[in-house]
Amino acid sequence: MTVEPAVATTQRAAAADDRGPGTDLVLELRGVQTFYGQIQALRGIDLEVRAGEIVTLIGGNGAGKTTTLKTISGLIHPRKGQVLFQGRDVSRFPAHQLVRAGIGHAPEGRRIFSRLTVLENLQMGGYTRSPAERREDLERVMTLFPRLRERVRQNGGTLSGGEQQMLAIGRALMGRPRLLLLDEPSLGLAPILVQQIFNIIREINAQGTTILLVEQNALQALSIAARGYVLQTGRVILADTAERLAANEDVRRAYLGEI
Amino acid sequence: MDPQTVTVLTQQFFNALTLGAIYALIALGYTMVYGIIELINFAHGEIFMVGAFIAMFFLTSIGFSGSIPDPLTLAAVLALTFLVTMTVLGFIGVGIERFAYRPLRNAPRLAPLITAIGVSFILQNVVQIWRGPSPVNTPQLLTHNVRFDIGAASIGYLNIFIFLVAVVLMVALQLFVGRTRLGRAMRSTAQDREAAQLMGVNINSTIAITFFIGSALAGAAGIVYGLYFGSIQFTIGFVAGLKAFTAAVLGGIGNLAGAALGGFFIGFIEVAAAQIGYARWTPAFVFGVLILVLVFRPSGLLGQPIGERA
Repeated sequence: MTVEPAVATTQRAAAADDRGPGTDLVLELRGVQTFYGQIQALRGIDLEVRAGEIVTLIGGNGAGKTTTLKTISGLIHPRKGQVLFQGRDVSRFPAHQLVRAGIGHAPEGRRIFSRLTVLENLQMGGYTRSPAERREDLERVMTLFPRLRERVRQNGGTLSGGEQQMLAIGRALMGRPRLLLLDEPSLGLAPILVQQIFNIIREINAQGTTILLVEQNALQALSIAARGYVLQTGRVILADTAERLAANEDVRRAYLGEI
Repeated sequence: MDPQTVTVLTQQFFNALTLGAIYALIALGYTMVYGIIELINFAHGEIFMVGAFIAMFFLTSIGFSGSIPDPLTLAAVLALTFLVTMTVLGFIGVGIERFAYRPLRNAPRLAPLITAIGVSFILQNVVQIWRGPSPVNTPQLLTHNVRFDIGAASIGYLNIFIFLVAVVLMVALQLFVGRTRLGRAMRSTAQDREAAQLMGVNINSTIAITFFIGSALAGAAGIVYGLYFGSIQFTIGFVAGLKAFTAAVLGGIGNLAGAALGGFFIGFIEVAAAQIGYARWTPAFVFGVLILVLVFRPSGLLGQPIGERA
């Protein structure tokens, strides 16, 4: 696939600087390069997410989508480039500090604590919050996911796939993130559940949480996102509004399953 | 059963409880550390030994070298000894983790294992240089002569005291791990370190807290060992550690209740072996039972089958 880099990201980054700390830019990546040992996974990623947006990362396997999210949440640190969260360079921050700063990450594969109860999983999500805040958020999350309320005393490992995904999202919400990173929330779910999860993502966003969404299901993702980035072998090869990406011939051919 | 046998069995029952309590306290540290970083901390037996020496040193330094008849003074001195020894041991455990194990956290698993054996030699040698190679007498605050009678059997208050100390500490540990925010953080870290980080858990301090608690419990075991046996030596950590490790594996390594159960189990095996006339063979019995349990239940008495572990 050959796609011209559509946006001059460096120029936009410079413009963001001029706006200073009062800007509505929640997240900005500047030339981020991340390695696993000798293997380079990200080859200079530039992207930005503004307050209130849903932004999606699409791309094939090994494009660097998950690595990008892990670099943002501090599980891996970039070797070069910067991650700016609300204008502050957080590239060197350990993951647990970024949770306090306001980044929530529901990782690939859900990663719920299978031998903790649903309640304990949610309590862990609110680990950085005060007991009173935790109780309040627990109520909010269980209202959003009534299924979790029914299963509150069950071990996480006994939930179905869809319930586990709800728990993973609910758990991330318990930290009251400013920015929520979602990695493949629809993976392995029945179509009816996929629709339900996407509705919930939209609802969470409507309640004021900015979302960066990684999805295999590009069509669904683009249908709820404002903007999207197409990743290929560790680079952003295309950045545009979700509408235009969904209409783009090359994107349709490569990621939306059209021939 | 004739009354003579009943008397002997009652007495032996309390001996087994006491011995089991000591093993159980040590076994908890093995199982906690294994649960959180999957390391068999072979230095843990030595931490117990250091605990016995620190308690002995503390008691003699504050001027108590014999029995204390006044119950209030006795209680105060014991409380202070536990507080000081457990705190010191906790920090020793944290220090060992910080300097010996943390740098190797991402190394192949054999590296920290061998380091643990190295740490165990260091601890033994340090104590040997400090107090010499011969057995050292420990202050007998509560002598074996203070006893009460159950039927014809006479039971030392010391046995009851040691058992109660162990039970109180184990219940406190269970509540801490099961009910508190930090306890949840420990369990989460044990199950999925990366996911725990994404909840805002500082992995390093959680692992440090685990070492603190495990080492403090071994310190408590060291205190009661000194009180019970009256003499300690720099080598006591090796065999006691090995048996406590066996207890942890027997109960299902990583499982707190299992470690406690395994500790008492081994206490009873040892006393039973001695009672039927094979006192010299107790290690053979202990490890024989370990082999049998592992053949038929490889994950231990209370451990989850391997497949279920996240």
